[in-house]
Order: sequence, then structure tokens, then C-alpha cells
Amino acid sequence: METQVKVDLTDFRLETRKWLEENCPISMRGPVTDAKQLYWGGRNGKFNSEDQKVWFERMLEKKWIVPYWETKYGGGGLSSVQNNILNQEMQRLGCRKPHINFGISMLGPALLKFATEEQKIHYLNQICRGEIRWVQGYSEPNAGSDLANLQTKAEDKGDHFLVTGSKVWTSYGDKGDFIFCLVRTSSESKHTGISFLLIDMSSEGVSTRPIKLISGKSPFTETFFDSVKVPKKNLVGTLNDGWTIAKYLLTHERQMIGGVGETEKKKALSEVAIESIGITNGLLSNDSIRSKIANLEMNEKIFELTIQRALDEHKAGNNSGAVSSFFKYYGTELAMQKEELRLEVNGFNSTEWTSEESNNGVYARYFCRSKGHSIEGGTHEVQLNIIAKRVLGLPSK
Amino acid sequence: MSLVINEEQNMLKSSAKELLDLKSPISLMRKLRDDNYNQFDSNLWNEMVEMGWTALTIPEEYNGLNFGYVGLGQVIEEMGRKLTVSPMISTVLVSTSMISMSNNDVLKSKLFDEIMSGNKLCTLAHEESSHHSPNIDLSIISNNNEKFILNGKKRFVIDGSISDYLIVSANSEFNGSLELIVIDSKSKGITFNNKVHMDSKIYSDITFNNVEFSKDNFLSVDSDGQKILNKTLEIACVGLAAEMLGIIQQAFEMTMQYLKEREQFGVKIGSFQALQHRSAIMFGEIELCKSIVLKALQAIDSNDKNLSELASLAKSKLGLTSKLVTNEAVQMHGGIGVTDDADIGFFLKRSRVLQRIFGDSNYHLDRVAKFNKY
Repeated sequence: METQVKVDLTDFRLETRKWLEENCPISMRGPVTDAKQLYWGGRNGKFNSEDQKVWFERMLEKKWIVPYWETKYGGGGLSSVQNNILNQEMQRLGCRKPHINFGISMLGPALLKFATEEQKIHYLNQICRGEIRWVQGYSEPNAGSDLANLQTKAEDKGDHFLVTGSKVWTSYGDKGDFIFCLVRTSSESKHTGISFLLIDMSSEGVSTRPIKLISGKSPFTETFFDSVKVPKKNLVGTLNDGWTIAKYLLTHERQMIGGVGETEKKKALSEVAIESIGITNGLLSNDSIRSKIANLEMNEKIFELTIQRALDEHKAGNNSGAVSSFFKYYGTELAMQKEELRLEVNGFNSTEWTSEESNNGVYARYFCRSKGHSIEGGTHEVQLNIIAKRVLGLPSK
Repeated sequence: MSLVINEEQNMLKSSAKELLDLKSPISLMRKLRDDNYNQFDSNLWNEMVEMGWTALTIPEEYNGLNFGYVGLGQVIEEMGRKLTVSPMISTVLVSTSMISMSNNDVLKSKLFDEIMSGNKLCTLAHEESSHHSPNIDLSIISNNNEKFILNGKKRFVIDGSISDYLIVSANSEFNGSLELIVIDSKSKGITFNNKVHMDSKIYSDITFNNVEFSKDNFLSVDSDGQKILNKTLEIACVGLAAEMLGIIQQAFEMTMQYLKEREQFGVKIGSFQALQHRSAIMFGEIELCKSIVLKALQAIDSNDKNLSELASLAKSKLGLTSKLVTNEAVQMHGGIGVTDDADIGFFLKRSRVLQRIFGDSNYHLDRVAKFNKY
């Protein structure tokens, strides 16, 4: 019996490999160096190249946009073992993901856990076809670290909710078709008066305004709701129990930001350093920078092992003890240290902002962007609070 | 390989914890120290031998248990938690590993029998200066027909004062290679200068003055001494990292307990965010330590070609983290933390010695950089 399963999996691997080799265009292989190289889908989704379109459509036909969801939801129905094999084979060839969407990585898991069957069938199928680009509406001007303090109000008007208020830090808010939002449906209690609502951004009364960051880029917007009518059926989960969904989703977000889902590959810092600083007798010529790189490399390697250990412990049915707050804190901390160190390694070149040689200041901008890592998805301090209280059991008073 | 310990290894860990809870509480370490730095508790050692700990990594063809290093690592980690005083590091972790690689089968069989039965203790005499180095200058052997003679000085020999055999690394004058020689510690011409260190353990400086030995004493055969030594040092670093992992976990848990009990300003001090955040950071660092120690132990058992780098990653990470955690542990205990009455200081002091044995984090980070060609 077991042998049979093994044979099947070997077949699956070989078939998958062959299919990918035949169907993944050459230009869709290799590391992603720019977010534009990925297809984000949605009502206004534009392909960056013909190959990108071909790759998306072939994977769509194969139901491999979200290969591990059930087929009735539009997924490929792969087991976790098959999905791992597919991932390995895609990595082996360097295949890029055919489609990136917060609907897959964030909303989807929440819908699977909390939505009605009707909602799942409707929204998950849409996500699997890449039709809707989802964005997230959590933070508000007065609800950052204290997220449960959110004030965007959804009033019950019989057949619909009337939503008024504003959200901030909406990633790609200007490009979103639908936003999953935390809204206040009761003012009686802070945590139990929040609901989880899906809002069509083409509705009357929804507008966005870009937020320009210190990196010079605007990946975030403010999002405004001015008496927006939202059908009752867009409520996910129980009324006033949205905080449960929010916490669940934040866990996913933290794991993503924590570097587990890093999409871009950059050159090893030691290689960059050898080019910019030089080498003496086989050793990097600046001893102080050399030891900083070694220290960072040590922590990066051991952090990766720790992610692997957490997965293995999970598979073995144990609780590894390491929580998403820790992964978010540590992963972003390492990423930030790396950008800081990259400036030291690159010297004068590191701060160039607009030159051609610096590819429009790509590293200077990465550095500036990295300062947001310890803030978004819950600040460093909030993560450390969570670890102290929930994991270590340290007292509140 | 999955980064979790299996059921058998987990059982060994539990049985080690059980034995040490009973026979090696931290108070035993204190008692031995107060007994003029006694280095050996024969009751405890007999229990360890009975449990099969001396046979854990010895191959089956030599009547050992061949349980592997992940298993030994669990035992050593539990010993770290209790600051256990025993010859496990010198005799089992270091010497047994070295002897396992020897091609002198007669000597190997004899030593394994004596070590497994617990009758003889064994240690490596290698270091010659104030810092660890795999290379040596001194201790030259002269070939005088069938007799060999050893001259020179060794430093910082773990358990030198209680060991029956010394495995000495020495450059041979006649073939230029590094050799490993097993010498009876009572041999004529050997003098000991036993020094107590911060961890209340004795490390010996040993002088060899025309010490005679024969061909049978060579653990190394056909110039394989350096290779055996290097691998032994890597294994030893991983084992010491396991001990440090025990130390930091215990010191951390004791400190968290203290934060939940101690009151100032009318509240538990553990409610202060200044202490909570530092505690949370330590928690994360310890999670990283668990991963690298297990990975490196598995690398020994699976003959992983990356063992050299993993051993250095383990020794450097655990060195740095043990510094962080023991410093914070003492600081968070406040005044009581710097008194001899409190046990927490023992963890600080043991960690400082462990950091240095077979290379500190500076040494091993340098190796990491070299492995990665910068």
C-alpha cells in the first residue's frame, strides 16, 4: 500500500517536472528582481509581457494558481505532499509564481476558516481565477499598534451596512478591487464590537490617496469610506466577532513579512563586499565589516534552520514554542540589519538616489523601505509584548 | 532530515533529566566546589556508567550502544542545566570521538573497554597558548630507535587532574606530521600545574620532560592525526554548544520564574516592559540556538559534509547567546544575582569558560567567513 503511494508520488514528480519544463516560458524562470515581474491580477490586471500571460493562463488551466485548495473552490486539490513536490519542482526550475494576490496569502485562509460555504465558493473561485485584486483595510489613523481602537463605522440599515470612516496603510490600495476590512459594528465593547466586512472598492463613496514614503515610493494609500453601502451578505463570520478573524489573519501576515515568503533574491553581501572593498590574503580587506557580515550570515542561516524546525515540529505534531510574533520580529530585524550593513559595504555608492549606475538608487530605497518592516504588521514592540505575555507568561501587573 | 528529535532520543533525554534531578542537583556542584574543588563524584559517575552514557557513541562492534551524537547531545544539554560535574566532556565527548576514528585497533579496543566500564578517564592535551588553535608548535617527538620521547608543554587540559590517560597532540620530528599519542598520566617526566578556573573546574597545564613511550601508544596511524584532531574538535564544539544550550535554557527559566515572583513598587517586576522586551528577545535567541545545535548534532551522525561550518555556527551562536542570557539573568536577579548564595552566578561563570574551550565566537565566526570565502 505504502509502496503504491510512493510510486504515485514519484510519477507525480516526474509528470510535474515534465509539464513545467514544457509549459513555463524561459523568461518566467529565475529570481524576481522587481515586483512588476509578477502578475497581480484583478479587474484591471495587466500582463507585463506575453510570456507572463501565457504562464498565467497555462497555470490557470491546470488549476495551479492555488494548487492546494479544494477543486470546488477552484484550487488544484493537491495534497500537502503533492503541493510540496510542485513547489520543489518550481524552485528547481526557478519558475516564478504565476499570480500574486493578498486574496491567496491572507484573505483565503480566513475565508476557509470563517466564511459560509456560499461565500467560500464565490470568493475563493474568483481568487483562483485571479479576477479580483484584494487589499487589506486594518489600520486607521488612531488605530495602529492599538488596532482594536478602530473607529470606521458600519451601521446596520436593514438590508445593508452603511460604512463611514477611513483606513490607512492600505498596501496597493489604489490598485485594489475589493478590500477586506475591520469595521466597528458596536461601540459597547472594544474587542467584541468589531466585524469583518468585504467591500467592493468600486462602490460609490470609496476613494484612496497615496502615501509617499521616505523611500520615495508609494506602495500604500489612505482609503476613505463616505457613506458606502455594503450588502449584508459581505459580512464574514459572526457580527461583532471580527477580532477573532483579525488575529488569525495577522498571524499569517506576520509569517509573510517575517521573510518566510521573501520573493526577491539579492546578491550575497559578502560578494558585494569583496567587489567594493577588496580582498587581502583571501580575507575581506576591512576586518570590522567582515565580522559584521559573518555575524549576520550566522543569524540568517540559523534563522532559516529555525523556520525549518518549526515546520518539522508542526509536522511531528509538536508545538515548537516559536510563534509568529517571533518570526515577524526576527525576520524583519535581520532584513533591516542587512540593508543597514549594505550601506556600509557600498560606501559612497550606497546613498545614490537617482543615478543610472545605482539603478535609480535601488539599495538606498530598499534601506529606507526597510525602516517600515519593524512597524507594519505590528511593531517590534507589539511583537515583543505578545511574546512576553503569551509565551513567557509574564504578568500584566 | 527532519529537525526534531525522535522518540528514542526523547526517551534518553527524559531519563537523563530524571537521573540528574535526583543525583546531580545544582547543590551537588556547590558541595563539590566547597569540598576544595573536588572534580569527581564517584556515585554519580557510576550511575552514568550504569545508564550506558559512556557507551553512547561507541560502535556496536566494540560493544558500544552506537546511539549517536543527537542522543549524547541531549544528555549533555541536561547536564548543562544542572551544571553537572563529571568527566563526560573530557572522556566521552572528546576522547571517545577521537578514539573512534583511530586505526590502531588494539589500542582502540583496550581504551573503549576501559572507558565504557567507567574504570579509566581520558582527556585531550592539545592547547599550547592562551587561545585555541588547531595547530601546535611544541611537543616534539624524537625517534630514538624503537623508543619515542615527548617534550613540551600543554595548557588548559580539561579534567587533567583526574584523568588516567592523556591523548597528546604532537608534531613528530621524524615525519613532520601531527600525531596523537596516548600517555599514562602517571608516566615519568610528567608534571601537572592544576589551575582552578571561574567555573570551579580544574584545568591543567602539563609539562612533558623526556617522557618515553612506544609505538603501541600511537592513536594516529599513517599521518592521519591532523584529520582526526580536526574532526574531533568540530564534534567537541557541537557537544559544548549542547551544554551551553542547557545552561542558557536553565538560566532563562530561573530568571523568568524570578520575574514572576519578585515584587517592587507594589507589582511583580516581570510586568515592567523594560524587562519583558529583553526577555522576549532572549526567548527568540534561544529558539535559534535550539535549531543550530540540533542541526549540528544531526550533521555528526549523518556524516554531513557541512559539519565544519555547522560546528562553527553552533559554537559561535551559543557563545554569543550564552553571554547575552547569563548577563541578563544576573542583571534581572538584581542584588541577589551577584551573591554566592544564589545559583544563577554559577551559570554565568560556567558559560564564560565554555565560550573559550576549543575556540570562542570570534574564532568561529572567522572560520565561518573563511568557509564562505571572504
